[in-house]
Amino acid sequence: MLNETNLFFIFLSAFLINNILLIRFLGLCSFIGISTNIKSSIGMGIAVIFVTVMACSISWAVYNFLLLPFHLEYLRTTTFILTIASFVQFEEMIIRKKLPALYRAFGIYLPLITTNCAILASAFLGIDYKFSFIQNFVFSLGISAGYCFVIIVFATIREEIELAPIPESFRGVPIAFILAALMSLAFLGFKGLFKL
Amino acid sequence: MKKIIDFKVFLNGIWRENPILFIMLGLCPVLAVSSSIKDALGMGIAVIFVLTGSNFVISLIKNIVPSHVRIPVYIVVIATFVTITDYTLAAYSPQIHRNLGVYLPLIVVNCIILGRAEGFASKNNVINSILDGLGMGLGFTLIIFVIATIREVLGNGTFMGKALFGPDFSPFLIMIMPPGAFLVIGILIALKQKIEKGKKIC
Repeated sequence: MLNETNLFFIFLSAFLINNILLIRFLGLCSFIGISTNIKSSIGMGIAVIFVTVMACSISWAVYNFLLLPFHLEYLRTTTFILTIASFVQFEEMIIRKKLPALYRAFGIYLPLITTNCAILASAFLGIDYKFSFIQNFVFSLGISAGYCFVIIVFATIREEIELAPIPESFRGVPIAFILAALMSLAFLGFKGLFKL
Repeated sequence: MKKIIDFKVFLNGIWRENPILFIMLGLCPVLAVSSSIKDALGMGIAVIFVLTGSNFVISLIKNIVPSHVRIPVYIVVIATFVTITDYTLAAYSPQIHRNLGVYLPLIVVNCIILGRAEGFASKNNVINSILDGLGMGLGFTLIIFVIATIREVLGNGTFMGKALFGPDFSPFLIMIMPPGAFLVIGILIALKQKIEKGKKIC
């Protein structure tokens, strides 16, 4: 069943139909916290794409080559979180040494990513759907691209809304949630596109 | 001087430092599993168990663990409790386990739990840490229960699966769909801001 359309469906489903932020509600802490500013949203979005794709591929390999052959599936949660945490640390060291410009651009977002549940979730979901390596790669790319897209669009709207006359008790976080509700409503429209 | 048993710690978690409304940590599961009251209560109980258990263990080992490796150690402790919860639920209530799905193992990265481990259990004695875990867990459960009640009653016309209204009731379907969760939490936080502002004026 591994053909190009299949991969395209997996990508589109992860990107739009089951958008990680608006439909699956994952990674919301960073979403609400960071999206007040477009520049930092772009930084966070790109950092998430980078880390999710790498971390998902590594956890897929760890699960299929280490945990499954030795019947250690129950160690899944512990192994994945440790893999991701140590991978983020490792990556931070490499980027700081080799690509200092990129390191300055990522700033504090790299370490913050360890606790972003979107990444651990994509690792779990890839395993739950029993994807092959390439499918898993495309799936994690779709999820993180969806995150990046929504956080940038959302930050753009939030910068505009700063100037709008909002009732006082709705200022700040509450209006952000109402906005997210409206965007989520729009994303529900993609649901009938096709079934995976 | 801190008391050995301080019940204020317990009450703090329920209202004054409520993890969801006031510190805004751990929002993901609250929104994701609050479309039915039963699932929401299941999630609440799981969080209470993990939070209390990890607070207990971490406050016991706080003097043995070297401070620069403490975060990985805490994560392993939390992950162990999450795995226990995951497998216990799968054995005793497979229906709820299926509904909670991926959100159950994701308790590991729930910021409330690591936040309490780092911010409270690593500095306080065992009994207070347990009380803090219970209080914070109950505060979390309370909010997820309120949100789930609003969503299920409006969106499905039922409470814990029992129909509340007559057959003519047409539910607000949007409430049990994803946008409803964002709407309810947004309005709840706005209400909280309103209450706080009222207090300041008085």
